[in-house]
Amino acid sequence: MSDTPNKIVLKDIHKRFGRKVVLDGLNLEVPRGKSLVVIGGSGTGKSVMLKCVLGLIRPDSGQILIDGQDSMKFDNGEREEALRKFGMLFQGSALFDSLKVWENVAFGLIQGRNMPRGEAKEIALEKLGQVGLGPEVAELSPAELSGGMQKRVALARAIAAEPEIIFFDEPTTGLDPIMADVINDLIVSCVRKLGATTLSITHDMASARKIADYIAMIYKGKIIWHGPASQVDTSGNDYVDQFIHGRAEGPIKMEVLKP
Amino acid sequence: MNPLAIIGRVFLDFLTAIGRVAVFTFHGVRHIFMPPFYLRLLVRQMMTIGYFSLPVVGLTALFTGMVLALQIFIGAGRFNAESAVASIVVLGITRELGPVLGGLMVAGRVASAMAAEIGTMRVTEQIDALTTLSTNPFKYLVAPRLLAATLSLPVLVLVADIIGVMGGYLIATHKLGFNAGTYMKNTLDFLQTLDVVSGLVKAAVFGFIIALMGCYHGFQSRGGAQGVGKATTDAVVSASILILVANYFVTELFFAGK
Repeated sequence: MSDTPNKIVLKDIHKRFGRKVVLDGLNLEVPRGKSLVVIGGSGTGKSVMLKCVLGLIRPDSGQILIDGQDSMKFDNGEREEALRKFGMLFQGSALFDSLKVWENVAFGLIQGRNMPRGEAKEIALEKLGQVGLGPEVAELSPAELSGGMQKRVALARAIAAEPEIIFFDEPTTGLDPIMADVINDLIVSCVRKLGATTLSITHDMASARKIADYIAMIYKGKIIWHGPASQVDTSGNDYVDQFIHGRAEGPIKMEVLKP
Repeated sequence: MNPLAIIGRVFLDFLTAIGRVAVFTFHGVRHIFMPPFYLRLLVRQMMTIGYFSLPVVGLTALFTGMVLALQIFIGAGRFNAESAVASIVVLGITRELGPVLGGLMVAGRVASAMAAEIGTMRVTEQIDALTTLSTNPFKYLVAPRLLAATLSLPVLVLVADIIGVMGGYLIATHKLGFNAGTYMKNTLDFLQTLDVVSGLVKAAVFGFIIALMGCYHGFQSRGGAQGVGKATTDAVVSASILILVANYFVTELFFAGK
């Protein structure tokens, strides 16, 4: 099953919370070993889409295939096994503040894979080195780190178990432009080294251009454009043009009350 | 809005909440008995819930025992029954006041802390992060807390019983003029194993309730700081009320018809 051309496939995914329709027949394919970035404004369903793939939210209908297997039919054991393929960088880093930095990075190895703490710590230090953090940082608690350093630790944690698939949820949000570029470079180098398939969501176009092989745009719970990153400037799609140029005027109307 | 519709909605919300708590309890308890077992977390929680609650529960028990001796002496003096002070203090402390006041104090201290910690983890996506790191949040966060609280509270209440009786003894012998040997003899003569055991069983039930409400409301927390604050308040209020309700039923279970 692992020789399918697409690592992840979402077919006709619907999800609503109460009366609010968040995903409205979303279709998406993430090619094996490639980096797909989904762009879109706030509240368009990007995070819900990621959480559906991870099984954190159950879609109302549709099909999610991971390596050709329907993840919505997984039992608990199969889901836990499938989750071992994933690493995730959360928007707010989501580091465990009761644990030291190295314990955060090694968490998936110790708790998820029963690796001895000593061995896991060695790997954690190596991964921290890959994101430019020295061993002196390893013994600190996450609260003692700056936002950029926390993102790097979160990246180290996401790649610690060398996952086949990595999700990045707004990886550069809240960072200054230079630190954002540092994080983008680290994402590109770490992902290339692992050969992982990645799915990122962002509204930062600089980040999208840097890390994407393919870009898709989500609007009102649907993918409205999908293509190679190199074609995003010549997509011919008015929604994409408005979004990437950050124009207030265009087909995307913001729900803002005018004075 | 139609008043009947409001009543209906409140009733449906209440039933929904009961259903959610029942499902949450089922998953929490199930994971206590399913590997992997997080012994390190269990020990840490037992320290937090049991050992670090000792000062507040000990002081509560001490002053409760002291006040109880004083009040009973004054009340019993109205019909010349002062000699009953020792027996009433020990029965009152072991059967009721030790477990109930200890439970309420721990609910204030521990349920709030659990709800705040887990609630913050919820709103900062740390619980989602646990799932993506192949760790079941129920197994990692809920099961150790439920087990630790259920095991710790009886030990805590046993210590509180001893301190409470000691408080009564101090007041009785130093202020009310009781003979120390006679007071102790009366205390031990009237005390039965069931009095202590019923209190310890209550403590275990209260410990389970405290951890359950702390974890449940923490997991249900939504939004930001306000959501965590609400979860904390809800955890303490619901744990306190459920402790008082459970106290009645456990008392009836042990002592009805005796």
